[in-house]
Amino acid sequence: MSPSITLATGIRVLRQIRHDPRTIALLLLVPALLLTLMKYVFEGQPHVFQQIGAPLCGLFPFIVMFLVTSITMLRERTTGTLERLMTLPMSKLDLLLGYAIAFGILATAQAVVICLTGFGLLGLNAPHGALLVGALAVLNALLGMALGLLVSAFARTEFQAVQFMPAFIFPQLLLCGLFVSRDEMAPALDAISWVMPFTWAYDALERAVSPGTLDGRIALDAAVVVAITIASLALGALTLRRRTP
Amino acid sequence: MAETPAIRVSNLRVMRGENLVLPDLSVEVASGRVTGLLGPSGCGKTTLMRSIVGVQIVAGGTVEVLGEPAGSPALRRRVGYVTQAPSVYGDLTVGENLAYFSRVVGVDSARARETAALVGLEKMEGRIVGSLSGGQRARVSLASALLNEPDLLVLDEPTVGLDPLLRADLWQTFHSLADAGASLLVSSHVMDEARECDDLLLIREGRLLRQTTPGELQVETGEQDLGRAFLQIIRDAPSQAGQGAGS
Repeated sequence: MSPSITLATGIRVLRQIRHDPRTIALLLLVPALLLTLMKYVFEGQPHVFQQIGAPLCGLFPFIVMFLVTSITMLRERTTGTLERLMTLPMSKLDLLLGYAIAFGILATAQAVVICLTGFGLLGLNAPHGALLVGALAVLNALLGMALGLLVSAFARTEFQAVQFMPAFIFPQLLLCGLFVSRDEMAPALDAISWVMPFTWAYDALERAVSPGTLDGRIALDAAVVVAITIASLALGALTLRRRTP
Repeated sequence: MAETPAIRVSNLRVMRGENLVLPDLSVEVASGRVTGLLGPSGCGKTTLMRSIVGVQIVAGGTVEVLGEPAGSPALRRRVGYVTQAPSVYGDLTVGENLAYFSRVVGVDSARARETAALVGLEKMEGRIVGSLSGGQRARVSLASALLNEPDLLVLDEPTVGLDPLLRADLWQTFHSLADAGASLLVSSHVMDEARECDDLLLIREGRLLRQTTPGELQVETGEQDLGRAFLQIIRDAPSQAGQGAGS
């Protein structure tokens, strides 16, 4: 592994995104606009907006980075650049960490915009500080990136990669407790939700935006998110093959 | 061929899916020369090249490159590979592509500019690769492989889609690289290009038909035209029905 190659890879991915200003605008503005829409949809029930909108500030980056990373990586596979990199003196870790640097920076920018919008303009409450929500958002974005890298190995086309979003993210969004509390679900679903990455990400956010004292549980949630991120990156590394059929 | 060959392939057997692309191929490629790998589309040229650069899963046999097993980590600094489809970032500029690959192979930006000039891209460094013509894109891909002056260059149809002038320039570049000590393996399905090579490997259906030189091929067949000479060799060779599909 070489820090210089890792950094060069991060810069390269950021340059690719920079050449696509429309994507940058979509990445930064769409979550904020959706959140604004949500505020006025729930105008008559502000408590619902607080209950759903506040944690969503930290979940959007997960969803977006999952999608963006899986497509970027898929392109790397289909255009042959991945194969070229695998014939060069570059370790798989250089590539994965380079992606993590680039998307980490992008996720931070996204988290700043959405948290400023949600907690600044739209009046959402963050009893433990918007900074905590922002930090969790970045962690979640890195989790989304790691999962996106992993699932990109199972898509052959960009159409398939886009479909992974409803197939992979929507069930987690439904089961994580955001819309319905998990103890009100069918017991089987509650059990399944425990093994879903999204559940841990949401649980941390839910604690971060609820009043009351924070206990060790939020740290445990964050630790689980980090652990799943590392495990997904490790599994993702296994899908980067130097030799292919 | 007194010195160690650049490439030594022994009893190489490769399956791609259901197809037996290379049944049992053995060949040596001399170092310091431009060797042409010629044969019809789908005869196994790309598969052989992939095996040589170590990205192909092989079913049997051995491939030794510059004295080491193909694909070993030490070779990643010494072997350059250019795939048939340009494998560069279409959403970056020419200069950004070369800057990135320079950092990966560990050369400086002066060398990146020098390499761009070598393939005639010196005025295009600010252009987005995706907006270039096919031939220009192919040259960006070629330049990326030339950056660290590899000892062995494996080039899969590098001159496809290039205009004749540029094609002549590139062959000249290939020979000056060989004169400087590099070994080149260059595939083509255009027989005209055979005359540009020092040595020739003629392949059909995954089998080596001839290892020869342009001059020897003309003498053997009595044909001045290398395209016709190759056709004659192909017609004389018995076909292996049901084998060798794929590419």
